[in-house]
Amino acid sequence: MRMDAAEPAVRLPASPRLRWRRFVNRAFRVAVFGAVIVVLAPLVAILGTVISRGAPALDWDFLTSLPKPVGETGGGVGHAILGTLILAFGGLLMAVPLGVPAGVFLASDRMPRLGGVVRMCADVLAGVPSIVVGLFAYTLLVLPFKHFSALAGAFALAVIMLPTIARTTEEVVRLVPSTLTEAALALGAPRWRVMLRVVLPSAGKGVAAGIIAAFSRGAGETAPLMFTAFGSQFLSLSPLQPIAALPLVLFNYAVSPYDDWYAQAWAAALVLAVLVLAGNVVARFAMARRSP
Amino acid sequence: MSLASILVPLPDRSPPPARRVVTAPPAAQDEPRVAKMVVDSLSAYYGRNAVLRNVSLPFVERTVTAIIGPSGCGKSTLVRCMNRMHEIIPGTSVTGRVLLDGRDVYGGHLDPIELRRRVGMVFQKPNPFPTMTVRDNVLAGWRLTGTKPPDADAVVEDALRRAALWDEVKDRLKAPGASLSGGQAQRLCIARALAVQPDVLLMDEPCSALDPIATARIEELIHELAPSVTIVIVTHNMQQAARVSENTAFLYMGELVEFGATAGLFTRPADPRTEDYITGRFG
Amino acid sequence: MNARPSSSRVDTAFQASLVLAGLGVATVLAGVAWEVLSLSGEALSKGGIGFLTGTTWDPVAEEFGALPALYGTLVTSAVALLIAVPLGIGSAVFLSEMATSRVATVVGVLVDLLAAIPSVIYGLWGLFVLAPLLREHVQPAVQAAFGSLPIFAGPPLGVGYGTAGLLLAIMVIPVITSVSREVLRAVPDTQREAAYALGATPFEVIKGTVFPFARSGLVGAVVLGLGRALGETMAVTMVIGNRYDISASLFAPGYTLAAVIANEFAEAFSPRYLSALAGLAVVLLGTTLILNAGARLLVRRVKGAA
Repeated sequence: MRMDAAEPAVRLPASPRLRWRRFVNRAFRVAVFGAVIVVLAPLVAILGTVISRGAPALDWDFLTSLPKPVGETGGGVGHAILGTLILAFGGLLMAVPLGVPAGVFLASDRMPRLGGVVRMCADVLAGVPSIVVGLFAYTLLVLPFKHFSALAGAFALAVIMLPTIARTTEEVVRLVPSTLTEAALALGAPRWRVMLRVVLPSAGKGVAAGIIAAFSRGAGETAPLMFTAFGSQFLSLSPLQPIAALPLVLFNYAVSPYDDWYAQAWAAALVLAVLVLAGNVVARFAMARRSP
Repeated sequence: MSLASILVPLPDRSPPPARRVVTAPPAAQDEPRVAKMVVDSLSAYYGRNAVLRNVSLPFVERTVTAIIGPSGCGKSTLVRCMNRMHEIIPGTSVTGRVLLDGRDVYGGHLDPIELRRRVGMVFQKPNPFPTMTVRDNVLAGWRLTGTKPPDADAVVEDALRRAALWDEVKDRLKAPGASLSGGQAQRLCIARALAVQPDVLLMDEPCSALDPIATARIEELIHELAPSVTIVIVTHNMQQAARVSENTAFLYMGELVEFGATAGLFTRPADPRTEDYITGRFG
Repeated sequence: MNARPSSSRVDTAFQASLVLAGLGVATVLAGVAWEVLSLSGEALSKGGIGFLTGTTWDPVAEEFGALPALYGTLVTSAVALLIAVPLGIGSAVFLSEMATSRVATVVGVLVDLLAAIPSVIYGLWGLFVLAPLLREHVQPAVQAAFGSLPIFAGPPLGVGYGTAGLLLAIMVIPVITSVSREVLRAVPDTQREAAYALGATPFEVIKGTVFPFARSGLVGAVVLGLGRALGETMAVTMVIGNRYDISASLFAPGYTLAAVIANEFAEAFSPRYLSALAGLAVVLLGTTLILNAGARLLVRRVKGAA
């Protein structure tokens, strides 16, 4: 505030009340600013630790080779990286064919009441604890066949990916200007053709972003894989056999009693973080481009 | 009344004692009138984009001044500079002076939060607080700032009476503020602004969201308030300006084109642009 | 009528397939609930209310009581909310009411990154960085100051309810922040302007008009955060200490519903044991379903009203 010496006679002295209100306001600003710092500090701390502890153990061998037995040095997580990719792509293979049309349905608003129910179901499904999703996949695909499998793991991830895909698709399809659809419909094009040829292509980047986001979310999940994909020490490509996954390896190494494995857990965390956060960033950029 | 007879208090003069309150009966038109507020060489910007350029205007005490002009001419920005609401939007700036009782409100002697209590504002769309009752809406200026009026009931009744709303809502003061019709809601907003006893009331197109009957009601109300409050009304409706105001300013592309007694401005505009606008050739 | 019946038939089939996909999503949710419920049938019907109130978890004797795990879930979530609500809503206020749009974008991206970090990495960090830090520096200091309070009793282990709650807080803050930010953004500017024009300070504007307007949505944001905290598995499993017990002390090790399932499910050897674990999942699922549905309705109400 400017103190104006030329106007002392009429300068209103700030009342104690006003000074107090200004003080409260300033204190609030400081508190809110402090909250942001405190909130962002763990991000720096976690990523910093993952990089500083993970990087030393990270080399080409770690990325490509299989684990060595306890006591032997070296070994890697190549099987788990491959496993995570297989599981996540498998999950997409199941979730996309259901999630994208479901999102288009939600955006169409042709059956508002049913749409409301489905939207609510998708939102609630997104909030189902992932461990419970794992249990669901277990009863559906493990219990009847009596053994763990990549298929069950991918299915569990698909359930987790489904709401993300459906809701993002809805969101981006809604952003397609209705003038565009109306123009196409006015030309006599049937609705399905308009949807496939006009709406989805112009929402394509956004839909892709949703799929990438779902992929990265699925790739980072551990709990739903614990009793579906289960994990494996070997390189496996069979959908009916247990398969390794990066988050599972990370968890098992972290709770193991071996120092050597802790180092590998940090390296695995670095690989996983890069995989997941990169997917997230790519999705975000694709989303940002989409809007005009 | 001629413009030359408006007394513009100069900033270095000690304002409150010097200010003579002139209640203006229609006959006393030649008596000198005091400018309650003066806008002096005011420019306002959004970023680097000037929306007001070097505008200077007096606002005579206890009269209604209308600000007209095509949309985008800066009329809303002008009134928003007068109670420093312009600056709450990030990236905006102001140069020039705005005098209230002869003292620059940007000069640092008055905190904007105090200024806004003395210079009240009514917005385009009625914006009562939906989570508050009718009564609490009227008292919002007190409540929000953590103060209490000496006699809340009297403040509520007085403000609602002045806003010509008392008879309609006196039995439902506890009803939610969102339960009123558009016209009533706007009068509630006027009552809310009046409850803190402002010297000046800025009205930014207060009728643009209302139907003709509700509009007529507000215009009537403006007439009733004029003897007790200095009113500045922004309107894109020239008939409304002609009906309610004593003086009118015509703004075009951020510049003041013409200012004068309303009757004169509408019948013998001095500037061809004013004439074009009031005859409907643009805008 | 459409002149080309074949095309209209394709249209109908197309629309039908969209509806089916929508129903598919609903079916998956129903399937999750149904399967978990039916798997738990035995434990819930045999155990009855005793399943919820029992404190023993003995797979060998087939005696299953869920209370310690339920208690752990509730305590860790409560600790998490206590920390996360002020910080999360505070950050949302910064993002929607104070920051310039460029700063808000950057901070918003960082908060979203925090949300994207896999929970097993949180667990790893919690186990090897946070827990030792608490054990060696924070817990002794707290005990020195407030050691007589029962909630800070016991040896400082580093792992336990408090550590799990703190880690959960870090994990749910992004949820609370991003939903609250959306809700605050939905408050019309006309409300803020009305308050400013009455001479309110920015703090008074936020407290007096923005918060009341957004209240139910903010509650929704907190409840969504709570839902995430209740269901979070891996990070908690790694720092809760895994002891099936009820302790008043935040420094004591405990267990949570999700952690018990995660640790024991793969080796559950009898149908009864399996069923008891599914029973824990039912308790967890029921709570989160109700909370999530309620929270979504609250958030939608604010965004719809604006």
